[in-house]
Amino acid sequence: MEFDFAEEQPKFLMLMYGLIAFVAVVGGLLLLLDVVPAWFARRREAQLVAASTGGAPLPRRRKPREGLFALFFLLPTLLLLAIGLVGPAIRTVLLSFMDSGGNDWVGLRNYGWMFSEDSIVRVLLNTLIWVLLVPLVATTFGLLYAVMVDKARFESIAKSLIFLPMAISFVGASIIWKFVYAYRGDDQDQIGLLNQIVVSLGGEPRFWLQESPLNTLLLIVIMVWIQAGFAMVVLAAAIKAIPGDIVEAARLDGVTPWQMFWQITMPSIRPALIVVVVTLSIATLKVFDIVRTATNGNYDTSVIANEMYNQAFRYGEAGQGSALAVFLFILVIPLVIYQIRNLRQQREG
Amino acid sequence: MAFARSRQALAIAGVLGLALGAAACGTGNDKKSSNAGSAECAAYEKYGDNDGKKVTVYSSIRDIEADRLAQSWKQFEDCTGIEIDHEGSGEFEAQLPVRVDGGNAPDLAFIPQPGLLKRFADAGKLKPAAAATKTEAEANYSPDWLKYSTVNGQFYGAPLGSNVKSFVWYSPKTFKEKGWTVPTTWDELIKLSDTIAASGTKPWCVGIESQDATGWPATDWIEDVLLRTAGPEVYDQWTTHGIPFNDPKVADALNRAGTILKNEKYVNGGFGGVKSIATTSFQEAGVPITTGKCALHRQASFYANQWPKGTKVAEDGDVFAFYFPAIDPAQGKPVLGAGEFVAAFADRPEVQAVQTYLASGEYANSRAKIGDWVSANKKLDLANVPNPVDKLSVGILQDPKTVFRFDGSDLMPAAVGTGTFWKGMIEWINGKDTATVLGGIENSWK
Repeated sequence: MEFDFAEEQPKFLMLMYGLIAFVAVVGGLLLLLDVVPAWFARRREAQLVAASTGGAPLPRRRKPREGLFALFFLLPTLLLLAIGLVGPAIRTVLLSFMDSGGNDWVGLRNYGWMFSEDSIVRVLLNTLIWVLLVPLVATTFGLLYAVMVDKARFESIAKSLIFLPMAISFVGASIIWKFVYAYRGDDQDQIGLLNQIVVSLGGEPRFWLQESPLNTLLLIVIMVWIQAGFAMVVLAAAIKAIPGDIVEAARLDGVTPWQMFWQITMPSIRPALIVVVVTLSIATLKVFDIVRTATNGNYDTSVIANEMYNQAFRYGEAGQGSALAVFLFILVIPLVIYQIRNLRQQREG
Repeated sequence: MAFARSRQALAIAGVLGLALGAAACGTGNDKKSSNAGSAECAAYEKYGDNDGKKVTVYSSIRDIEADRLAQSWKQFEDCTGIEIDHEGSGEFEAQLPVRVDGGNAPDLAFIPQPGLLKRFADAGKLKPAAAATKTEAEANYSPDWLKYSTVNGQFYGAPLGSNVKSFVWYSPKTFKEKGWTVPTTWDELIKLSDTIAASGTKPWCVGIESQDATGWPATDWIEDVLLRTAGPEVYDQWTTHGIPFNDPKVADALNRAGTILKNEKYVNGGFGGVKSIATTSFQEAGVPITTGKCALHRQASFYANQWPKGTKVAEDGDVFAFYFPAIDPAQGKPVLGAGEFVAAFADRPEVQAVQTYLASGEYANSRAKIGDWVSANKKLDLANVPNPVDKLSVGILQDPKTVFRFDGSDLMPAAVGTGTFWKGMIEWINGKDTATVLGGIENSWK
């Protein structure tokens, strides 16, 4: 394929606009945050100097009206939240009680559909499997890894290795793993790592992503692969933060490594552990990219977020899609409340 | 220090300002002035005086096809001064409703699903076609075609491109070498498949993977077979839910298709077992014909674009297509096909002018000359169709004896047509039995 610069020019122009817009916005912000306060500071400085040398009256420092100030900064946020979050949320809830086009009220029919349609029950079940497995497995892996590499020789290298997948987008990671799971007929060269291993052990290549319920577990592996790094980083930091005297005291008391882990490490990092599990649970409830990229929700692998998109945008069933969205929202609420309470207790305690 | 830093910031801001100004100059205003008045533009005078107006078009047509589209209406743009701004998207079906609901509807959309068109028409989003458009469309297309864009007696726009789906691709070269002949009946087709299978080659190549739309090629199989076994009347009842989706006649059609699709001896040349059909992309599926790994591939006329570079598509070339044979002689020679319809979300005069032009014979011939395009437009001159498969298709579409039916999944409500039907076909290929799959689809149709 030849590269014709002239033909691609519109794209470059577009790219340039993007860059210019980025620089303009960020530059403008920097300017605003740097130059303007600096100018005020300098003026005040000059006044102070004038006051101390010339005997002019010291300018009275104005009392900052904190309430007004806070409102000034909060207003844009509140406005954007109302437009971008609260409004759509209310609309979604209303739509979930309406028919496919959002014209007539149908009561709880969409919710009834959700729990009676076999394929949707399957979707709910899959989501449950995801939410049970991902936080558990990812946190366990992260914790084990954090404990094992703690104060090891190449700690930072070992940590970055497991943290790297975090930098890959969900879609990118799914494409990578799709290749790992890829199938080719047994008379062809395997391009999938997993099937190549199976074949070199003398087995028949399998359709990994087409066999339910195995395929859901294989998709969960992708999520764990991405998220274990996050769990590891947070937990490793928590372990490092355990006061040295406690560890030393335990050592003097002669604990075994096992006792050390369960009676010192675990209680000390409990708050961090909860944060990790809750964050992972919320992320898992919302999982969409992995399923959509790897199987598109086929072969009984669909989850709520994917089905919600399909119903609302592809099938034109806004009501059913909204009902799924509301259900997802309800599932996330207790986790968020728990998280907030947990944080508040920590701050007070 | 603070002073120096702020001066630096000011300098940056100044440079930025200059850059922005320069960029603004760069875009310029390159509005074309129309050539109205010249001799070759005489034919476009009837589209009125809309110089300098702009019409936005949204479709699923991208890349080379989109370039050809732009080329096809270039003269119209030059002569009328109307600028047609086309945007193609791979997520067209999902994005169009979002854009329309969000108040950002395009002026015109090329909608390939009559089901989707009906949804917009029912919701009152579409503008009925102007009288001029209707007259033009009625002169150029058969009533069979126009009924797909007519909702509750209101006509919404003419068809644009079309395709013929009832084709089986094969290699004339290989057939000649092996002494195989093109089958003209279903029994001959099965006999040929057995012969090829006995020679150690998998006769059929099939692939239904198509990213978001995975499953659609399998729905075409079922529709083509049902049209042949049960006839067009039953087919119409089936697509409009006059009979249940899991009617015994549909089950029969599915099982008959299964004698090929789910036959380990027949499929899947070069790709693996039956299940590999679900993961083989439809674009790649037929390619093993060129390497002799399989012999037959049922796919639409537009598959001509998918062959590797250098493959000669002709009756005596590397690949060509034959008519997917009829099964029941009493049902005539049914043809399954599809196409897109030009629907309008705005009724400004320039939009109606473009809509009318796209329904005309001049447009059809202008687009056909560029290549790889088929239309059911009666004014389309066969001499303007370069590609032999397209010629064959246009011939079939223009033949008054052809019993044409539109792709069923595109006629059904989206939740079924592009939802459970596609999904059901994937599950069916993946091993689920006919009754369960059809029952599931029927349940989803409300």
